[in-house]
Amino acid sequence: MTKEISLEHVWVEFGEFTAVHKANLNIAGGEFFSFLGPSGCGKTTLLRCISGFQEPTRGKVKIGGQDMRGVGPNKRPTALIFQNLALFPLRSVADNIAFPLEVRGVDKKTRRKRADELLELIALPGQGDKKVSELSGGQKQRVAIARALAVEPDILLLDEPLSALDLKLRQHMRTELRAIQKQVGLTFIYITHDQGEALTMSDRIAVMNKGKIEQIGDGKAIYDHPTTSFVASFVGENNVLDGTVLSNDGKTMKIDAGLGTPFTVENHPAGGPALAPGDACHLFVRPEALRLSKDDSAINQFETNFVTEEFEGNMRHIVMNASGTDLKLSLINDGTNAIDANAPVKLDFAPEMGIALKPGELASA
Amino acid sequence: MKMKSPTALIPGLYLTLFFAYLFGPLIIMVITAFNSSTFPRVSPWECFTTDWFGKLASDDKLLSGLGNSLLIGVGVVCVAIPIGLAAAITLSQVGPKLRAALYTIFIAPILVPGVVIGLSTLIFWDRIGTLFNAPYESFFYDGTFLTIFGQVTFIAAYSMLVFLSRIQRFDTTLTEAALDMGATPTQAFVKVLLPFMAPAIGSATVLAFLASLENYNTTVFTIVSSSTFTTVLSSKVRYGLDPSISAVAVIIIAITLIGAIIYECRNRYYTKGWAHVIADRPALKIATHPGTVAVILGVLTLAAVLFIQNHDSSVCTAQVLEEKRALQQQLMEQQSINTPQQAVPAPTMPNLGPLGGDEGGASAPSPFGNNIFSPENLGTSAPEGN
Repeated sequence: MTKEISLEHVWVEFGEFTAVHKANLNIAGGEFFSFLGPSGCGKTTLLRCISGFQEPTRGKVKIGGQDMRGVGPNKRPTALIFQNLALFPLRSVADNIAFPLEVRGVDKKTRRKRADELLELIALPGQGDKKVSELSGGQKQRVAIARALAVEPDILLLDEPLSALDLKLRQHMRTELRAIQKQVGLTFIYITHDQGEALTMSDRIAVMNKGKIEQIGDGKAIYDHPTTSFVASFVGENNVLDGTVLSNDGKTMKIDAGLGTPFTVENHPAGGPALAPGDACHLFVRPEALRLSKDDSAINQFETNFVTEEFEGNMRHIVMNASGTDLKLSLINDGTNAIDANAPVKLDFAPEMGIALKPGELASA
Repeated sequence: MKMKSPTALIPGLYLTLFFAYLFGPLIIMVITAFNSSTFPRVSPWECFTTDWFGKLASDDKLLSGLGNSLLIGVGVVCVAIPIGLAAAITLSQVGPKLRAALYTIFIAPILVPGVVIGLSTLIFWDRIGTLFNAPYESFFYDGTFLTIFGQVTFIAAYSMLVFLSRIQRFDTTLTEAALDMGATPTQAFVKVLLPFMAPAIGSATVLAFLASLENYNTTVFTIVSSSTFTTVLSSKVRYGLDPSISAVAVIIIAITLIGAIIYECRNRYYTKGWAHVIADRPALKIATHPGTVAVILGVLTLAAVLFIQNHDSSVCTAQVLEEKRALQQQLMEQQSINTPQQAVPAPTMPNLGPLGGDEGGASAPSPFGNNIFSPENLGTSAPEGN
């Protein structure tokens, strides 16, 4: 069984400091939902509100329609996987997994049987008698998941559980987590500062900054159509240009970014607040949206000079300078994109690939 | 064999001196327990005897004191360990400012001299007792209770220090994890924190028990009319020692040694290397099992007890006594020969008055003319002065 979660105007304040600023959202049952944000943005606090370790100062946390105020963490239908996993070092693997059953008074034989079933699920059969310290990082990870599943929770909360693993294992565990979620069909709430994790695994993502939820949407919406400058600059790489809106006819905008001809940028229905002529704006263009102009008649064209290049094998990451602003440019290494380092190079981007947003805080690189 | 250079001998020499310094007194004390001399000493060696153990066994005062000490020790452990643990847990959960303040308060009893704690405990509970009009038989005036209260004040602080060092390594997310898995706070404490603290609880228990057992300066006040092992021993030191104290030392040393040997055997038995050695040697496996070692030591102890009970040194002691008597006789005879000469008072001996003077001196002429400081001379000296 899965239950939906709703946060209604949740504030968390520690004295003067506001950790969570009016969080308002619904998470459907069976959804893989991620909170993405830089460290200190309040995502862990929000998770602790859901798991019951932190009471919101104001607002309500509802699980399955029930207000959770005053309900302790041990009474909530949630199970939390801690950042450091918090496996009990003095217990065997099976005893760790069976701990939720032990505290519920389940007898030893049933406990062992259930632990063995869960070990089967996480592909560690017959490892129940090992010590926790004898397991590898990825195995510990899976044991922590099994232990959380033994609670038979409606909602599984994961607090950056992959951050301690090395890159290869992390990528492997992403796939595995998603597979386990599909298999058990629970609501997963995942906390991360790693956008790659959030984008690959989640059904929906909430991007947070300084306690505020900036945008909620699926990975594609957040990447392609960010609604705030912070989201645009935090999720993925982005080039940002300061500009002024010259005109806006509802479908397209003309923006002067100080690089010659004004740029034409499409308005997107899901985009941020509408911009009026005369407004200052941030114009975002992703490195992969920038391309080398094939001819001089292309729209949104401007002149740049070569600065430096990083070669990554399949991709070439090039930095170009346009009237004093450095722009990143990612090109596929297919042998067709030669750049003359000593002559001006013309770049352009498609109108639908430019994103114009109200100026706001940018994520620090 | 090649001669070692003198510098290579220095560590060995140092070690020898070090161990001699540590264990020399203990060895001497053990030897004195078996000397029949009525004062604990090694020389002159009189007879090998085990009578002091017998004397110890029939020393009701010392035994009841020992009983009290053990009772107080158990009581102190029961009270001090939970208090120390609670204090350590509190310190690990409060904020830094409160933590510093609480730490100072908790640690203060260690810094206060034991004498002060003893006296203040006595006075405090006496006041409380008076407040409730409690009769003298009530526990407010009972030495055992007062001693437990008094010792707990600082022993709880000792055990807190032991717990603190362990609890600082505790990952608090483990408790949170337990709570999140559905454990009640009590279950989280019993199933997660307590097992983690178990080694510290073990060592704190031993520490608290020993600190209680050997405590003197607090106990001497709080024990009131009762007595403990240490107070009995100290009164013995004051009113005359005999080697039964050495017998006590032998017993304590024996218990410590047996415990240490079994513990060490256990440690070695469960090492990985030894597990390989005994894997296919069943006889060796049984022989080196700590249980076997314990049984052997138990049998040896029993044999020692039986030997002590049945050893009879009365012939030798009688002989020594006879020799002594003969010597005394000889001395007395010699004295009686010399007596007439000694009985004649020395003419120049000053009269020191009733405190220092002897019988003969009173009639001797005083070098100071008349002794005005002597009270009996007051009457005679007064008219002369006029």
